Amino acid sequence: MTQFIQQMINGLHVGSIYALIALGYTMVYGIVKLINFAHGDILMVGAYVGFFALTAFNLPFGLALLAAMVLSALLGMAIDKVAYKPLRNAPRISALITALGVSMFLQNTFRLLFGANPRKMPAVFNVQPILLGDLRIPPLTIITILLSGACMVGLELIIRFTKTGKAMRGVSEDSKAAKLMGINVDRTISITFAIGSALGAVGGILYSISYYQVEPYMGMMPGLKAFVAAVLGGIGVIPGAMLGGFVIGGVESFTKGYLSTTWADAIVFSILILVLVFKPSGILGKNTKEKV
Amino acid sequence: MKKTTTLVLALVMAASLVLTGCGKTEQPAEGGSAGSETGGSQGGTIKIGVLTPKTGDLAQYGMAVENAAKLAVKEANDAGGINGMTVELVIYDNEGDATKSVNLFNRLIENDKIDALLGPVISGTSLAVAPLADEAGIPMITPTGTNEDITPDYPYVFRACYIDPYQGQIMGKFASENISAKTAVVMVNVGSDYSVGLGKNFKVSFEEKGGSVLAEENYTDSDTDFKAILTNIKAKNPDVVYIGDYYNAVGNILSQAKEIGLDAQFLGSDGWDGVQVDYIDVAEGGFFTNHYSTKDTDPVVQNFIKNYTDTYNETPNALAALGYDGALILMDAFRNAGSTDKEAVLEAIRTTDLNGVTGHITFDELGNPIKDISIIKIQDGDMVLETKLSE
Repeated sequence: MTQFIQQMINGLHVGSIYALIALGYTMVYGIVKLINFAHGDILMVGAYVGFFALTAFNLPFGLALLAAMVLSALLGMAIDKVAYKPLRNAPRISALITALGVSMFLQNTFRLLFGANPRKMPAVFNVQPILLGDLRIPPLTIITILLSGACMVGLELIIRFTKTGKAMRGVSEDSKAAKLMGINVDRTISITFAIGSALGAVGGILYSISYYQVEPYMGMMPGLKAFVAAVLGGIGVIPGAMLGGFVIGGVESFTKGYLSTTWADAIVFSILILVLVFKPSGILGKNTKEKV
Repeated sequence: MKKTTTLVLALVMAASLVLTGCGKTEQPAEGGSAGSETGGSQGGTIKIGVLTPKTGDLAQYGMAVENAAKLAVKEANDAGGINGMTVELVIYDNEGDATKSVNLFNRLIENDKIDALLGPVISGTSLAVAPLADEAGIPMITPTGTNEDITPDYPYVFRACYIDPYQGQIMGKFASENISAKTAVVMVNVGSDYSVGLGKNFKVSFEEKGGSVLAEENYTDSDTDFKAILTNIKAKNPDVVYIGDYYNAVGNILSQAKEIGLDAQFLGSDGWDGVQVDYIDVAEGGFFTNHYSTKDTDPVVQNFIKNYTDTYNETPNALAALGYDGALILMDAFRNAGSTDKEAVLEAIRTTDLNGVTGHITFDELGNPIKDISIIKIQDGDMVLETKLSE
């Protein structure tokens, strides 16, 4: 039983990181109908910024996190401006291919700049774990879950109660109508990219602290799994991304714990296939008819 | 019209390939000049070809082997050469590439007329050259090619390092006999032949000695989260956990093991060398097998370390030690053969009985060295030689 709960805690830990990353996918998809495959690499960039802020500049964790969020947000906006905006009215497949290109560009640029060797992320929360009987809860796990939770609540508040949030909802519902209502669509899309990328950076830093390493290709796997999480929860639906993240984290952890690590990825990705076959709109997705 | 253009293009390309091939490999025989200055050249020269990656990703490996080989040859020539003959090294950069290695090998036997080959350094290139060396009847020693398949089919081919399974086997023996472990869990990276081979042989040897392997936990190259399997291992409470993998993965695993409070004795392989850079605190107390230890008090080792450090201003790594031993084995064979006759040299290598930096070396019938393995302990942030073991 202790082992079961321990595995569940492990799952919550990694799941909350997936959820954070999945938010970026889902927000961007919701608003421009683009699967931004470069999102995983933005989390890598965020992790690198965090790494240098913590090691080279000796900044405290909070500032390092902030620096990573700001720089990643700017990068997200820049990518949108340079790579996606010119293709706004092109077929969706063109934008998708561009996203893959951006992803490779980021990976290889960072490999060129910092080498392929993994750097070691410093241990930030190096304090004694909390012991509950036989249970052992590392403080990092608690901080990861709390920080992810805070980000999600913050995002929900922004979307629900601010003018920008209202604009985002409007654009995602119908961008032409939103434009007619006087909403600055381009600016709203830009802000969406910024917020999504900043959340990705938080995910990246938490991921690299949890697994100790920063390297140019680190964004690929968590990126793909977060994408599965977003689809599972219902792509475009924000609470869905969070739910999906936790489910994927749990599935992964229990598979590793009770089946075999080698099966974990296979099972996570078969979830993607099953969802696409049986309920493409995801768990929380609305079954909207395609408008003709 | 189109056809002729294609033909011309093809010819130009072929020509440029040949030309650049030659241009890149133009290099003076470096050990030779040093050797002839120091005398002992009345009896002619022994030419040893060296194929090593001096540029590219593996440059560090290549330079270590090259430097060590040069050092060994210089020492031999300074001491009067081999049977009155000077040893000359002909060194080419194969860039760690199999095709280039084959071309350069042909150049070594046709143009440079070498008597023996030291190299190539990595397994991939060694596998490519081994059949050619055997066919040409050139005794070849790869200092560091650990792949099992390099030597068995080719009588002329030897290696200075032990093969991967041997490490696992010795660690199994160490776990059972030296630290009296009764139970073990083996962690295997199923995406790496290196790790699979080590894990398999550790298991066999540990069970042979009466230990029991409680579980084999698999992971892959892309895994970063090990907490789930480590939680399982913790529940099984083994005496030792064996991880045959490279230091980045090992560092990550050990860090997470500490996080979840798994405090078994960790054991590993030569891939752990490097773990001291970033993960020394979590690796504390671990044992791993390695080719040699800089802390070894054996005078052969300490002399080598001193001379190498004096010459190159850096502490020699395991690859340098193996490169040095590779050169020693060859020169020793020439000395015992009393000539450069290939058959005699081959026989002399087979009957090698030599104290090298990486241990006392003899060869088995497959061309693999039988020698001691150093067990290194990570203690107080340092790498300490625990013991030397052989089968």
